[in-house]
Amino acid sequence: MGSQVGWGTSKEFTDIVKAIGEAKSKAEEERIVTAEIETLKKKIAEPDVPRKKMKEYIIRLVYVEMLGHDASFGYIHAVKMTHDDNLLLKKTGYLAVTLFLNEDHDLIILIVNTIQKDLRSDNYLVCCAALTAVCKLINEETIPAVLPQVVDLLQHPKELVKKKAVMALHRFYQRAPHTVSHLLPKFEKSVCDADPSVTSAALCALFDLITADPRPYKNMTGAFVNILKQVAERRLPKPYDYHGTPAPFIQIKLLKILALLGAGDKPMSDNMYNVLGDVIKKNDTHTNIGHAILYEAICTITSIYPHPKLLETAAEITSRFLKDNNHNLKYMGIDALGRVIKINPEFAEEHQLAVIDCLEDPDDTLKRKTLDLLYKMTRSSNVEVIVDRMIGYMRTINDSHNKTEIASRIIELAERFAPSNQWFIQTMNQVFELAGDLVPTKVAHDLMRLIAEGAGEEDEDADSQLRSSAVESYLQVLAEPKLPSILLQVICWVLGEYGIADGTYSAFDIIAKLCDVIEAHPADDAVKGYAVTAITKICAFEISAGKRVQLLPEYRAVVDELAASHSTDLQQRAYELMTFLDLPADVVATVMPMDASCEDIEIDKSLSFLSEIVETALANGARPYAPEHERMDLGGLGTLIPSTQNGPSSSLKFEAYERPVIPTPVLTPVQPTPLINEFEDQRDRRSLRTPHPSHSISIAPELDLINPESTRLRLDGVQRKWGRQTYSTQSSTTSADRDRSSNGAAGASDRGGSYAKDSGASQYESSRSTDRRKPVEISSEKQKLAASLFGGPSGSRVANTGNAVKPSRTAAHKSQVPRGGEKHQSSRSVPGSGRIADSDTSVPSSAPVPQAPPPDLLDLTDGETGHAAPLNDPFKLLEGLVDPQVGSSSATSAPPVKADVDLMSLYGPGQVISSGDGGSQPSGLTDMSGLPVSPLIGLTGVVVPNTQPGGPSVGKKGPSPQGSLQKDATARQAGVTPTVVNPDLFKDLLG
Amino acid sequence: MTITFVLLVNRQGQTRLAQYYEYLSIEERRALEGEIVRKCLARSDQQCSFVEHRNYKIIYRRYASLFFLVGVDGDENELAILEFIHCVVETLDRYFGNVCELDIMFHLEKAHFMLEEMVMNGCIVEINKQNILTPIQLMDKSSNPQFKLPLSSSTFSVF
Repeated sequence: MGSQVGWGTSKEFTDIVKAIGEAKSKAEEERIVTAEIETLKKKIAEPDVPRKKMKEYIIRLVYVEMLGHDASFGYIHAVKMTHDDNLLLKKTGYLAVTLFLNEDHDLIILIVNTIQKDLRSDNYLVCCAALTAVCKLINEETIPAVLPQVVDLLQHPKELVKKKAVMALHRFYQRAPHTVSHLLPKFEKSVCDADPSVTSAALCALFDLITADPRPYKNMTGAFVNILKQVAERRLPKPYDYHGTPAPFIQIKLLKILALLGAGDKPMSDNMYNVLGDVIKKNDTHTNIGHAILYEAICTITSIYPHPKLLETAAEITSRFLKDNNHNLKYMGIDALGRVIKINPEFAEEHQLAVIDCLEDPDDTLKRKTLDLLYKMTRSSNVEVIVDRMIGYMRTINDSHNKTEIASRIIELAERFAPSNQWFIQTMNQVFELAGDLVPTKVAHDLMRLIAEGAGEEDEDADSQLRSSAVESYLQVLAEPKLPSILLQVICWVLGEYGIADGTYSAFDIIAKLCDVIEAHPADDAVKGYAVTAITKICAFEISAGKRVQLLPEYRAVVDELAASHSTDLQQRAYELMTFLDLPADVVATVMPMDASCEDIEIDKSLSFLSEIVETALANGARPYAPEHERMDLGGLGTLIPSTQNGPSSSLKFEAYERPVIPTPVLTPVQPTPLINEFEDQRDRRSLRTPHPSHSISIAPELDLINPESTRLRLDGVQRKWGRQTYSTQSSTTSADRDRSSNGAAGASDRGGSYAKDSGASQYESSRSTDRRKPVEISSEKQKLAASLFGGPSGSRVANTGNAVKPSRTAAHKSQVPRGGEKHQSSRSVPGSGRIADSDTSVPSSAPVPQAPPPDLLDLTDGETGHAAPLNDPFKLLEGLVDPQVGSSSATSAPPVKADVDLMSLYGPGQVISSGDGGSQPSGLTDMSGLPVSPLIGLTGVVVPNTQPGGPSVGKKGPSPQGSLQKDATARQAGVTPTVVNPDLFKDLLG
Repeated sequence: MTITFVLLVNRQGQTRLAQYYEYLSIEERRALEGEIVRKCLARSDQQCSFVEHRNYKIIYRRYASLFFLVGVDGDENELAILEFIHCVVETLDRYFGNVCELDIMFHLEKAHFMLEEMVMNGCIVEINKQNILTPIQLMDKSSNPQFKLPLSSSTFSVF
């Protein structure tokens, strides 16, 4: 490389490039670059570096960044180099700047002036350099500074400059369409430029414009057709050819544009048929570039209003691609096939075998593309086979991005086309197993709901059969060693709800299984929570059935351990369980009715039962309730709100905190102060910190779905931060008291425990009713509308693909109906036999291949008959929020709900309590934190007395619950000792 | 319908040229390049020249020791991009004459200039080699009348 002279490279530069080039490993490269950075830092800052030397430094900086290190120390020198008079240096400076800086970098402003100057240069190469830089560096704010010059350059005598000016305008359009909206006709003019490269540039811009909205450009169809015709007829100069094909990229661009203009527009499409035929006819079919154009022609033919002859040609070319040995062509063929069969589904049959081959090809890319095709072809007649294939594929991949995508597709298809609930459950189980925690929590909730609601018809038998089979299959699944958390949650819930429903399994069996789950997953609080609540339900069902339930000592020990857990949520659940064991049957039956997860509960939306407390508090000097937005200004309170919604308060606070107002001592029997103290305490400490976005967000987004403007107090973040809450006697008194007032009945005769229990239960129930009510209302309609309207994420897809032109739809039906029916029957004939769709038997290569049945994405009837659980149903989201564990029932028995129920009220008391649970829950568990909402109020009053007098289990295993509570309280005391009561907070809780 | 990046990587996974048409931080680029190269290196010659990675579709082509990778988004004509890569190589070859990895390393800026002529705003705007090379050759002449192209022995040209 020693031949460089003049502006050639110095030895130093040669050495460093050689060293990088010869580096044998990444580590060695790293060492060289790190040393290089040090050298450059010193040298580049020296005064009077010769320009030629500086150019080398700049290129070395480019190397540093290219190899993954920060070279920001030298950016300013690159900026300076753009001022240079020497064209090569200037261009190198611009290049470096475009590589280093993005449009929003602070240094950009220093270059704008240089660019302006260069755009006016007499040397057209300088203009070009500046225009290239404009495309990469100019942001929305600086567009006006260069726009006039760029527009002037559209008239430049040099094509090269004109082309770049067009591209600069294109860039402005991409960045900020409004800045150039008055200049759009310029593109139309440029596209007719005599120079092909200017035309080509203008096509890029027009393509973007037409993609955004084809209507204003319909009248240009003729012009585009004309250009395409001329290009195809080789009217362009030779140098624009590529391997004998005339201007292929211009052809492709034009074909793409025509596809947009002709979509669903017969008159426009009429103009195109001839030229499309020409393009195909004149194309060289032996080169890659020729194939690329043919493929693009297929795309156009299948997008515009269909023309039978052209479609035939398209189908022919597709066959050729599919039959080719070249994998690239096969890949394109699969894609083209997907397009052709959208219009002519019968065409698929011919290529069944080719498709199967591609599906079984070891090449992952090809396999994925084929699965894409199958996904588009899926309908109820072939869903089982296709989903089975997808699951098989999922087994083979590790890439989580890919896995997530496949999982979501499977879920979508299963929800849209599931032939039976049983199949759906099986499929979901497999998806959970394979994709585990990549599956959104909502899917788990949908699954639980499906099991709970059953088919929604008046067919209790079928529903209970479904549940039994779910229980059966889950008990089998439990035997497997490693299960994802989310599946375990579903299993626990189902076992709790229906484990003993059909009498096959005894409560003892189920409880044993659930305890195993708890012991096998010591680190997973969510699963443990689900499991212990499931045990509670089983016990409750047994007690209400009049049986005496006594946990075996080992199970008792498990529960005791949970009761002493660090997670307040688990503590609560464990205490609930213990409480149930000592309650009389009638109480338990009321609190935990069997199979009532879909029942509706009345709620008191105005929280009138709290007004007494509010009045007392006001009378004692508390400030009235201030909604959230007003509270934002009140110092530390702001930090309670998740940081994303509350930018300002997450920053440091420099003023001293406002001295809280001390209310007159509250000495009413209600005595809410201790409880308040605790929150105050938490809140004070909390406010000293910046909020933690990671968990403070967790509940909020979902809650907002329900009631965006709700001004509830969000204590979730607080609690997570500050962990456990002591179940002190005072606080439980308060909550019990509140409950007492909450219960409309006089209830004075009722004593403590059972009483509070009742009201707790009613609230508990009520909290669920709201989220239940909508799904219940819908459930009957769901059967009719399901996948068509709410049909899961597929809804939009249906709409998308829906613009496939419809003329041959009837043909599609003819060809499908018989096969679909056949398939259906064969699958139905083995109900309950585990996996319905078995790939080995159902894809014999000789039999009509199930993948092949022509798709009809417009066919909504399938979605209706399928038992798809609509994914989009916003109300289902609610289900998870409040309580997935208790919720479930047959939809049939659900009574109608009052229309005036207000979701808001749910979160009033809910928030109070959720601050007491949740402890260390990860964000995925938001649904759980909502669960113990009311029971806490009701139960704490009961639990404590019950456990304190040597609760049945104290000291058997692990620390005693009481001890842990005391420890907790002590720890709390050791923290910030609350000295004052925050009256605002007080009202928040009650308001 | 846009190119999001053009990468030249050798068989050891070392980046030789990188041009991004959308902004990614250095760390993101580093991670992306590592993942993509690992994926492409693992593939055989018989397999498709297309790989899906995250939200990108990558079209790659190997010339001796160098991989040319182009990342695209959305509905891009993969075959056309494959040919575009070849066109880039032909252009480099015409400029350097039997282009090799070292040519690109020693004249990184020139390789970039060519690419700047061919791709703007993520769109392919020029494949006419005359149009691509003229400004660069003019610049060479104006900046340095004695400029000569380097000669090199290790070529990866396939022509």
